[in-house]
Amino acid sequence: MSAHLSYGRVNLNILREAARKDLREFLDKCAGSKAIVWDEYLTGPFGLIAQYSFERQMLNLEKMFTLKGGRLPTADVKNIIFFVRPKLELMDIIAENVISADKMHSPRDFHILFVPRRSMLCEQRLKEQGVLGSFINIDEYILDLIPYDSDLLSMESEGAFRECYLESDQTSLYHTAKGLMTLQALYGTIPQIFGKGECARHVANMMLRMKREFAGSQTQILPVFDSLLLLDRNIDLLTPLATQLTYEGLIDEVYGITNGYVKLPPEKFAAQKKQGEAGKDLPTEPKKMQLNSAEELYAEIRDKNFNGVGAALSKKAKIISAAFEERHNAKTVGEIKQFVSQLPHMQAARSSLANHTSIAELIKDITSEKKYIYSSPFIISVLVNGYFLSDAASEAFFDNLTVEQEFMTGVDTDKVNAYIEDCIAQRDPLIKILRLVSMQSVCNNGLKQKVFDYYRREILQTYGYEHMLTLNNLEKTGLLKPQTSTRNNYPTIRKTLKLWMEDANEQNPNDISYVYSGYAPLSIRLAQVLARPGWRSIEEVLKMLPGPHFEERQQLPAGLHKKRQQGENRTTLVFFLGGVTYAEIAALRFLSQMEDGGTEYIIATTKLINGTSWIKSLMDRPEAQTL
Amino acid sequence: MAFITANWNPLGDAFYRKIELYDMGWSLRDGLKDCMVAAAPYGGPIALLRQSQRPSPSARPQLEIYSSSGVSMASFPWKSGPVRQLGWTVCDDLLAIQEDGTVLIYDLFGTFKRHFSMGNEVVQNQVLEAKVFHSPYGTGVAIVTGASRFTLAMNIDDLKLRRLPEVPGLQGAPSCWAVLTQDRQTKVLLANGADLYILDNTSCTPVTPPGLSPQACSIINMAVSFSYKYLALFTDSGHLWMGSTNLKDKLSEVETKVRSAPKQMVWSRRPKSQQPSVVLMWDRLLLVAGVCKETIQYTLDEECVCVAELDGVRIVGASRHEMLQEVPSACEDIFKIASMAPGALLLEAHKEYEAASFGKCFLSNFPPEPFVSMCRDLRVLNSVRDYSVGIPLTHTQYKQMTVQVLIDRLVYRKLYPLAIEICRYLKTPEYQGVSRVLKHWACCKVQQKEEPDESIARAVSVKLGEAAGISYSEIAARAYECGRTELAIKLLEFEPRSGEQVPLLLKMKRSQLGLSKAIESGDTDLVYTVVTYLKNEMNRGDFFMTLRNQPVALSLYRQFCKHQEQETLKDLFNQDDDHHELGNFYVRASYKESKLEARLSLLQSAVDEYNKAKNEFAAKATEEEMKLLRFQRRLDEEKGEALLGLSLHDTLHALLSANYHKQAEQLYRDFRVPDKRYWWLKLTALAEKEDWDELEKFAKSKKSPIGYLPFVEVCVKRHNKYEAKKYVSKVTPEQKVKAHLAIGDLEGAAEAAIERRSEGEISTVLARCSPTTDRALLERLNRARSTAAKK
Repeated sequence: MSAHLSYGRVNLNILREAARKDLREFLDKCAGSKAIVWDEYLTGPFGLIAQYSFERQMLNLEKMFTLKGGRLPTADVKNIIFFVRPKLELMDIIAENVISADKMHSPRDFHILFVPRRSMLCEQRLKEQGVLGSFINIDEYILDLIPYDSDLLSMESEGAFRECYLESDQTSLYHTAKGLMTLQALYGTIPQIFGKGECARHVANMMLRMKREFAGSQTQILPVFDSLLLLDRNIDLLTPLATQLTYEGLIDEVYGITNGYVKLPPEKFAAQKKQGEAGKDLPTEPKKMQLNSAEELYAEIRDKNFNGVGAALSKKAKIISAAFEERHNAKTVGEIKQFVSQLPHMQAARSSLANHTSIAELIKDITSEKKYIYSSPFIISVLVNGYFLSDAASEAFFDNLTVEQEFMTGVDTDKVNAYIEDCIAQRDPLIKILRLVSMQSVCNNGLKQKVFDYYRREILQTYGYEHMLTLNNLEKTGLLKPQTSTRNNYPTIRKTLKLWMEDANEQNPNDISYVYSGYAPLSIRLAQVLARPGWRSIEEVLKMLPGPHFEERQQLPAGLHKKRQQGENRTTLVFFLGGVTYAEIAALRFLSQMEDGGTEYIIATTKLINGTSWIKSLMDRPEAQTL
Repeated sequence: MAFITANWNPLGDAFYRKIELYDMGWSLRDGLKDCMVAAAPYGGPIALLRQSQRPSPSARPQLEIYSSSGVSMASFPWKSGPVRQLGWTVCDDLLAIQEDGTVLIYDLFGTFKRHFSMGNEVVQNQVLEAKVFHSPYGTGVAIVTGASRFTLAMNIDDLKLRRLPEVPGLQGAPSCWAVLTQDRQTKVLLANGADLYILDNTSCTPVTPPGLSPQACSIINMAVSFSYKYLALFTDSGHLWMGSTNLKDKLSEVETKVRSAPKQMVWSRRPKSQQPSVVLMWDRLLLVAGVCKETIQYTLDEECVCVAELDGVRIVGASRHEMLQEVPSACEDIFKIASMAPGALLLEAHKEYEAASFGKCFLSNFPPEPFVSMCRDLRVLNSVRDYSVGIPLTHTQYKQMTVQVLIDRLVYRKLYPLAIEICRYLKTPEYQGVSRVLKHWACCKVQQKEEPDESIARAVSVKLGEAAGISYSEIAARAYECGRTELAIKLLEFEPRSGEQVPLLLKMKRSQLGLSKAIESGDTDLVYTVVTYLKNEMNRGDFFMTLRNQPVALSLYRQFCKHQEQETLKDLFNQDDDHHELGNFYVRASYKESKLEARLSLLQSAVDEYNKAKNEFAAKATEEEMKLLRFQRRLDEEKGEALLGLSLHDTLHALLSANYHKQAEQLYRDFRVPDKRYWWLKLTALAEKEDWDELEKFAKSKKSPIGYLPFVEVCVKRHNKYEAKKYVSKVTPEQKVKAHLAIGDLEGAAEAAIERRSEGEISTVLARCSPTTDRALLERLNRARSTAAKK
């Protein structure tokens, strides 16, 4: 389940194992049978750390419940353990649970495990509710950075961007700094820290301070990371707004990936059923699939531009098909034996191929009518249907993309856009509108007051006046704002950083701009320029982006200076404060793989986002009482 | 060297030796006679309570504290009540248990720390006897009172008194007793004549040691081993019974032929002991009685005290301090006459070549670490055994107590330089080693009352400098405890962990500073904590003012209020004259109202605030919202529609769907809905109703601001190609191809594309052609594309 974490440049399984050990230690403290009551939000991230089936046996875990008000479900266990985030509203629910359980006079031991950190505020609240004394253990489980893949860490802190940039609540940054300290404890001190943005500065300051605080206790580990790059999300508001065009990015845009899993409409997967089951009805439950580099094929295609995925799948199909054909050449018993021994692997590869062909097909329906996936004998069955049906959807997708690209190239960003108008008039989903309008605003360094007011009015009239609060939030975070100066920096930034590449090669990319079919994500350009030739070359542009840029050095204990082998790559940890998209991750992976790149990247973030989830997190939807 | 075995005495298969540790440095005129003595295990300090020389009622006894080598550490006249028992705690504090049940605690240097009582009833009945004992829970005290009742305090640092049940038939003190810890429970074992009882929390159980010699009439002394596992009983018939403390097994019974009660009786065992024994002491005689029933006798020439150790017995006398123990098997191997053990050979080699470590070279695959660490240990042991330090630890004891504890002990003795030296030598991580020692030094330093704050702060900062992991806040806390607030604040300045400074600052009522430090730490939970504290401490006005100067705290508090205290949030905005946020506040509040009037009134408040904030857009939009609500209510009342709460757009849609065209028109004008959107709205609403006639009329009413392609598409969406065709001709040339394709008219699309000579459009059409059925069209298009491409 976790082997793939060890294969990257940095063995992230160490982090996972450390986290697992801590979990065990806590659970060991509660002797006897146990039931865990979960803050539902935590189950996903925990799934990446622990394997329940295994842990269950080891630790005498009897039951798992979801935290909800009222009475606890009955369970014949000695210990009830609450796994919760330190949120006041959750404390009230816990208090309710405990009080109602007390009434039943059951001799149970209660425990709380705060994730990722215990909070005096919450304990105070439990005290006010009169239940603090009921807990035998109150502890914290420091789970800041969770390994998502061999090169990817996320804190999965939903509200991080909103808290930092809208509410000036820097709690998640404190956790970030703590998480980075944990990382350094396991992987050695990171000698160089670069950063851009207010939050980046704050995190770096906290890290340096914490280093002083923990001085002397640090372990003597040869540093694994050469440098850390901290990037504020708000220096690049544009990228997440754009529709991601990598395979993984599109899966996320269309279906949403949560904690490494995607839920897909089941119809396309029906064909894969074994023949014996053919008579059964179509499945109605969404198909849940785990997506990570443990799956060989997925690792290969996830970061490709979607237009390159078809070719890759077809190539793979040929290889697999050829491998199966080998059986005809297997003459001797020995040859047959060898063939048979490879069968499980081949069958896994075949089923993986079938799955991804189906997914690609689903996405193709939505994204494109022009290019289709070359079919192989294995996948032909799923290709037949749904060609003309998807016309409308794919056209909308195409039109949307066209407008996005116009904005990104700076076409007519200062006028009301007719496509957006039409979309509003047709009452397309509000988030889509907000994404587009925000994008126009960002690409124009703010909208002209008239345009700004026009859009806002249209949105309020169409979707309801309650969205004024959301519009306010977007304005505060700089996503959708009126122009304050007449000067629009965006074209300068675009040109200097080469954010738009006319001839993006989607099949065999030579530049990161392939991930958005032309647009090179600003955030990743900054990382790229930092690696070579260095930020000094773009001082002017850096000054146009919000927040300070800086470089800090951390002293290494004597004897731990790395002696780099000739041609050995540097390892850089890029930390996105406020979220990162799969397309950006793909772009960094592309840079890691460039032959003369010289740098390999590990990616960390507060949350994996896409434009939709991001905008959603900024929306304020007062739940209106019915009048 | 040759005489190393001279003081060995055989006992069964093993040997016992008595070695001298120190020539005592003290000078006691009358020896240990008339002294109450308490010596701590692990080579700990020795306390003496000496009766006054002149027997006068006004004369007070003298309390003296010495190191194990007899170096004086404290001496002062005892001014409190009569003492029954002295004892040492696990952290080298002295306990003096008085007759009245009061227990006084002193540190190594005789400084009074605190006192506690063993219970009120003791005051009257008095303590007859008392014992200090050690268990995994800490140091405990047990007493027996004049009323023959036992009281236990398991841990003096977490005082909980337990009065044990009555012992039937016991008058006065028992003939002998001991405290033992078994199965996580502490019990008292006592003898009353020949009867033996175990006394625990709830009951008093008579017990019989298996195989105790029947001649005995009374058990007159008992000893429990260091580990609480073994018990020895001495009877008035001179028999010594040895067995397990659970009284299930008997190890042995020795007849000593001495019938008087021994002054002291202690176990002498060592881990992996070959021949455990019990050491009995009478006035002039020391008897070692082994389990093998053999004995060794030593004559004592002075008054002595025995101290049980983990691996032997120390014998402290007025002039000498000796260690009696079973010879460890390693020593036996090396020094036993004619031994051929490797160690013995190595010793021979050493004699020849003067270098023991030469031998290592002949060992293959021998990891050097044990050798190196043993050498280090020996060096540390030698330095603490030095006369001036006076901690005569054996290697076994040292390993059991750990370096950490040894360092602590040195620190208690204020032997800071030696402690630091040892930490450095053992390469203890600074954090646990040197820094810890320095912290203790500093804590001690801040208590020097005569030195001014300034110089102490400077001295501390200079000495501690950049030492890693120093907790200045602990030092400051100590200074504060000594009443030196200013010094504490100065010291806190050195604390790198701002978070650590906060609790003390709050305690010292420096809450403003505490808030700044909490913010500095970045720990938002800490900031919340201080804010909550301030909220309860200050009046509201001052509290708000304080927050105002600390934006980070303010925004956190706002967040808190947003979820928990809406009204306070309003007050906060009011104070800051933040009319925009107030407006938002009212808007948010308005949605919580289920009554229209209430909602409208809150929205009006929002409008007022937005106006004050000069936010024209928001004010106007809110006014519009109110207008819409009123309109919806009117219409709901008149027509019975359920419009209230819908957006303007949805209201229009509903009106159009329900054929209220007039009302829709009115809204469209009143709210200045852009033509384009209105056309879309009406178009969609009509198509949804499939009101094709009305749609056609609408299309002809005037020139469409959105063109006619939407008309085509809307009809196609409703699967009405017939209606759709009506509008194809009206579509602009640029959209013609799309329109034709929408109704599935490939020919028409091809026509239009070719006419426009647009390569892109031709390709679009081409992509839709099937190679089998549209062959002619395909060819035409392909031709046209190549011409278009040429241009």
